Amino acid sequence: MSGVRVLVGTRKGAFVLTSEGKREKWDISGPHFAGWEIYHMKGSPADPNRLYASQCSGWFGQMIQRSNDGGKTWEPVGNKFIYDGVPGTHQWYDGKPHPWEFKRVWHLEPSLTDPDTVHAGIEDAALFRSKDGGQNWEELSGLRKHGSGPRWQPGAGGMCLHSIIQDPKNPGRMFIAISAAGAFRTDDGGETWQPINKGLKSLYIPDPEAEVGHCVHHIAMHQARPGVLFMQKHWDVMRSDNGGDSWQEVSGNLPTDFGFVIDVHAHDPETIYVVPIKSDSEHYPPDGKLRVYRSKTGGNEWEALTRGLPQSDCYVNVLRDAMAVDAMDSCGVYFGTTGGQVYASADAGDNWKPIVRDLPAVLSVEVQTLA
Amino acid sequence: MPAHLRTLASFHGEVQLEVQGAVTVRSVLDALEAQFPMLRGTIREHVTQERRPFLRFFACGEDLSHDSVDAPLPDAVVSGTEPLLIIGAIAGG
Repeated sequence: MSGVRVLVGTRKGAFVLTSEGKREKWDISGPHFAGWEIYHMKGSPADPNRLYASQCSGWFGQMIQRSNDGGKTWEPVGNKFIYDGVPGTHQWYDGKPHPWEFKRVWHLEPSLTDPDTVHAGIEDAALFRSKDGGQNWEELSGLRKHGSGPRWQPGAGGMCLHSIIQDPKNPGRMFIAISAAGAFRTDDGGETWQPINKGLKSLYIPDPEAEVGHCVHHIAMHQARPGVLFMQKHWDVMRSDNGGDSWQEVSGNLPTDFGFVIDVHAHDPETIYVVPIKSDSEHYPPDGKLRVYRSKTGGNEWEALTRGLPQSDCYVNVLRDAMAVDAMDSCGVYFGTTGGQVYASADAGDNWKPIVRDLPAVLSVEVQTLA
Repeated sequence: MPAHLRTLASFHGEVQLEVQGAVTVRSVLDALEAQFPMLRGTIREHVTQERRPFLRFFACGEDLSHDSVDAPLPDAVVSGTEPLLIIGAIAGG
């Protein structure tokens, strides 16, 4: 491994941060697409120079950008996301039926094997796929047409499909999550879907154990163990050992189990990371202390990681797609804040340093480990 | 054109378009999008073809945003002596 490329999406543009293997000195390029919201950028596992970015604006709508040279140059590709058939309705905040309307792309997930195939998770929640490098998009409508669709409802950030996880050992299997509908799984390449929310308990909905309606904030998986999933729900950190068939709470000794991000160590599938946030009405760390919590036991037992992170007067948030890990021998962990800092640890979380301090609010962080 | 759209389409200043048939907002936008396909969906919605709410169309000192997109544009715009202005709303403050 020779280096690391960190892809940062912010409220006002995209930034590409690169470093050699030691991850001490960083080159920062950007802003790309200055002034636009970049909800997410991600590179193809099959071709690290192929990147995709979701670029949007309240004035001009949605764009998808593609790079073939690792983010040095970009070209706009297709931005037409048309729901399959008559979209129907989901629930609005007031519980009334509301028509499905495209708003933006929250997450882009390139195929594990084909650089030209990429999935898009959008708001209002649906999953799209392009097989031609982002030029044309087709909805995998079996998800939205799952019978529960009319009961889905938006979280405070909108009814977004924000997590897309492909199973590296089973090409037909994929996991997605929607706020606030819950998690879903397909075992046939996206044709049909089933909710996988058994074991989730959400006290803010009429039936706390309903089939759908849970505000899942993010899910994560280790590539070597695709049957094990970790979830940061609105409240509660959860774990599944059976591909989502059932979940158990693993919040353990966390100071608060509200939060957005969750991720897994690159080399140890039982080591996981979260950033506890005080509450759903106070989107900042408890006590003004920015702490990553690490569990080496797959949950329940957590330790606070503080070295190099602000431990007083810190009131930033860490949004759901704003944490990632690299695959260097000593696993690097990265996260971005709404205050514009991107923090990095080159030793699995023991010590942290900001790569940059003053970007626009960070919406997403992804990492590529370069050969 | 708003600066962000000029950047997106990689041009500076004004665009001059050859429009076949009646010169209307619709036919001008059709010609613009044919020349710069990346602008599709940014000025008018893909599905409804309606103007995005934060954009306006001005010409010859008039706001044409709420006129029919099939109404003929002023002669000065047709002849190329006056521009059709696509304006981004002043918002964000």
